[in-house]
Amino acid sequence: MIEKTAAELASALNNGEISSVELTQAYLDRISAHNEQLNAFITVCEESALNQAKAADEKRANGDSTPLLGVPMAHKDIFCTEGVTTSCGSRMLHNFIAPYNATVVENFNAAGAVMLGKTNMDEFAMGSSNETSFFGPVRNPWDLERVPGGSSGGSAAAIAADLCGMATGTDTGGSIRQPAAFCGITGFKPSYGRVSRWGMIAFASSLDQAGPICKSAEDAALMTNVMAGLDIKDSTSADIATEDYTAQLGQSLEGIKIGIPKQHFAEGLSTGVEQSIRDALAEYEKLGATLKEIDLPNNHLSVSAYYVVAPAEASANLSRYDGVRYGYRCENPVDLEDMYKRTRSEGFGDEVKRRIMVGTYALSAGFYDAYYRKAQKIRRLIKNDFDAAFKDVDVVIGPTSPHTAFKLGAKTDPVAMYLEDIYTIAVNLAGLPGISIPAGMSDGLPIGMHIVGNDFAESRVLNVAHQFQLATDWHKQKPDLSGAGS
Amino acid sequence: MAFDRSEVEKVAHLARLHISDAEADEVTSRITDILELIDKMQSVDTDSVEPLAHPLDVKQRVRPDQVTETDRREQLQKLAPEAESGLYLVPKVIE
Repeated sequence: MIEKTAAELASALNNGEISSVELTQAYLDRISAHNEQLNAFITVCEESALNQAKAADEKRANGDSTPLLGVPMAHKDIFCTEGVTTSCGSRMLHNFIAPYNATVVENFNAAGAVMLGKTNMDEFAMGSSNETSFFGPVRNPWDLERVPGGSSGGSAAAIAADLCGMATGTDTGGSIRQPAAFCGITGFKPSYGRVSRWGMIAFASSLDQAGPICKSAEDAALMTNVMAGLDIKDSTSADIATEDYTAQLGQSLEGIKIGIPKQHFAEGLSTGVEQSIRDALAEYEKLGATLKEIDLPNNHLSVSAYYVVAPAEASANLSRYDGVRYGYRCENPVDLEDMYKRTRSEGFGDEVKRRIMVGTYALSAGFYDAYYRKAQKIRRLIKNDFDAAFKDVDVVIGPTSPHTAFKLGAKTDPVAMYLEDIYTIAVNLAGLPGISIPAGMSDGLPIGMHIVGNDFAESRVLNVAHQFQLATDWHKQKPDLSGAGS
Repeated sequence: MAFDRSEVEKVAHLARLHISDAEADEVTSRITDILELIDKMQSVDTDSVEPLAHPLDVKQRVRPDQVTETDRREQLQKLAPEAESGLYLVPKVIE
């Protein structure tokens, strides 16, 4: 039962095949058997999960049939959860018990979902391998010597290993889509502003977006139905009507135009990944789609622009961690400045400190035009490239990552790590919706396909992903965990 | 633009971070690498390009000026490393 998609679990619960309490217990057992090896969860909420499950069973008995009622899930530890530690993968917040729920958490609570716990992540979502977490790296269920991707690596590994039915993630430069690719699962980043950022610990406010990490595009649609919508508490939440994101899943792809960016099939792409994505595109042709090569001429500048914009916003957002109001404070400060500096130097890890330094430098007097303003201009060029592409095509498809999951400790150079997100970052800069779905295997490791849509074209992206999953079974492949744990 | 150790110290102070002597060389070289990556932007002429600060072309919303939050001072201050009588305590600032 635990291997089922959220949609299948919901129907099993509706049919009375299993109760939410039984299902929740099954996942808790699975977590206790495998979390030591995978390190996917930072916190497990056994008691409250069983209480939520009991409440869901009672609601169902009283005729409630909300789609995800009683389905056990996990939240990335970046979402504030009232009364539960919310660490953001950092020593700075290792003792922070959130005093309120993020809107995303509130929405899932209202839908009757069961929270099993909080998942591991790169510190403050800064990383592409989950190795910057204060709580240690997450391991990839397909190969325990490899990374799960990041920053939402805990959620991705938990889904791949069937430690939960569905999970949340956040994506600033690829943090939902790249781990989804590495773990062989489905990860969806909606358009910027589609999901409320309230109560989601801020990294780069003009890029951060929450989304589903799950077992199918259909699940992503069901979860987006719960997550999306205007939230008055988030001033950048989009005042654009939501849709039933499941409504268009079944639509035929006959006549749809798929753009293939030539820059995403260039130097640096591994042959195994390229072959799988080309095979997947041939599958789309069979489904009635036409392919058209497109040009994203400024894509190669996206990583450069991102590493100005994201650190600049991060340096401002992370100035709040000063040891005064919450979180970590150093021992025996001699004066206020010593307290600020030692609290921040001891509380933050190396990668977070590097990004704060880069952002501070880029915003400092004399450099603003050369860095921050320049990056914003490049951001416009990147957005223009997509605007031009979407005049001709309905979606843009390519690989999510240039290669499959790499080994733990293999990338010690920050710049090499940054280039991991070469295909995903431009989508955040432009604010577009993008999904990664499994599209093949290479040497026993999953390959992710990246489908990008125009502004607020969530339904189209989910439809294109779902139709592929109806025709193929890559999303049904599971890692063999028999050698890991009990 | 050269980024040297004195620059590291200046930026670290602005960011209220302490970089020890032992770390300084490594931090300098890592950040130099990152700035090199960033400097690829400079190869493109953007003189006539309008900056894009944010993906959504919308105005900030305003709300009616009404109190909507309840007083949760006690609960929120429980999270502080040191608080007393509704105040956050920090090392002495004024002698």
